[in-house]
Amino acid sequence: MKTDYDVIVIGAGPGGSMAARKCAEEGLDVLLIEKRQEIGSPVRCAEGVSKKGLQKFVNPQKKWIAAEIRGAKIYSPDGTEIVMSEEMAGSEVGYVLERKIFDRYLARLSARAGAEVLVKTRATGFERENDIMKVKMVHFGEQIDYTAKIIIGADGVESKVGRWAGIDTTLKLSEVESCVQYLLSGIELDPEYCLFYLGNNVAPGGYVWVFPKGEREANVGIGVLGSRVDRRPKEYLDEFIKKSYPGGKPVEMVVGGVPVKGEIETAVSDNVMLVGDAARHTDPITGGGIINAMEAGVYAGEVAGIAVEKGDYSAQTLSLYDEKWKSTIGKTIARNAILKDKFVTFTDDQLNSLAKALEGVKLEDLGVTELIRRIITKNPKLLWDIKDLFLKAR
Amino acid sequence: MNMIKVNRLKCAYCGACIGVCRFDANELIETWVEINDKCTECMACVRICPVGALEVENEN
Repeated sequence: MKTDYDVIVIGAGPGGSMAARKCAEEGLDVLLIEKRQEIGSPVRCAEGVSKKGLQKFVNPQKKWIAAEIRGAKIYSPDGTEIVMSEEMAGSEVGYVLERKIFDRYLARLSARAGAEVLVKTRATGFERENDIMKVKMVHFGEQIDYTAKIIIGADGVESKVGRWAGIDTTLKLSEVESCVQYLLSGIELDPEYCLFYLGNNVAPGGYVWVFPKGEREANVGIGVLGSRVDRRPKEYLDEFIKKSYPGGKPVEMVVGGVPVKGEIETAVSDNVMLVGDAARHTDPITGGGIINAMEAGVYAGEVAGIAVEKGDYSAQTLSLYDEKWKSTIGKTIARNAILKDKFVTFTDDQLNSLAKALEGVKLEDLGVTELIRRIITKNPKLLWDIKDLFLKAR
Repeated sequence: MNMIKVNRLKCAYCGACIGVCRFDANELIETWVEINDKCTECMACVRICPVGALEVENEN
């Protein structure tokens, strides 16, 4: 059995699978491991992605698209509605995926490209020896020790790889959303619109979402900022559902922590790169993480290819990966972290006045940046101190 | 002595509690959370748990 690899990717979510696939395409010997027995399950996600973002990496397939979305409606605490079309609603609107099938599909693509895949396999630590990583793993209850030149940690919100490598990604309570969601069946809804509800009594420091998954079914979930949790998110959500979808029947419950930390200083150390939730790559405003993770996975694979060719896996060489993600997805992540820190301080009255300023404005051909710009020009005081982020160079 | 305990009947093994632990005192192993003796009872995990599956228990 092969035990020496160029790259071991830890975690087979979208980030890990894309990284493994890219590594394989670069001609590297790559192993993708997943601690669960099933890739893609249990889901920890609202499953929304933008069409454009997704199409950069895979051709959309019917079997893992639950619904196609035309736009988003945002509701302020007093019910003021902002309608946005799909092109500008951010990284979360476009398709609602069936993650269980989607994640497996991506893993399969990496396998087809040549990656080895092991499930029910958990990394328990690693040691560096002569510039090679000895990776300790438990596979189906059995200790196995493999080696790799490079480890890609795509091990999610609960990442251990970063810790082992000395990259501090610990989330403060103000840097993570505590989330619960039901797949709610038997409800009346417009299957073409994602809904977002804001308000300090609805979801403190977060929002409630309704993402349709077909005619009478939707992911209905909530994220509450960790530092603002006074009651359990589940209690807030149950209350919302009782009021808005009293007849809805939950056929699945999903729980998760979504990083909203913003850009971390570095996602590399010697022989190690972090990808996706493990690198806190989620968008702090939308909470969307799938596309960012996929993009980061591709960059990590590219850089692994370069490093292996050079025979140099030092942090200095791998810092090319930092350059790549920071100059692309990192820019939006950093900016939206500042915006998020601002938004979570708003009172209901302030949220209402922001929404009122945009009431009746046609938001068809605007981007998220443009939306914030509109708010700033209409309500300059509220976002005054961060206006330069949005009003300066595009 | 107080201890943080996982109510496995409530836990949905999402990993949020591991993300907020500064002490590397917990781990998500397939479908359960384990808490080790590095725990300082700082309560971060108890506060972030979306479903209230972590509880402080008095050993005495």
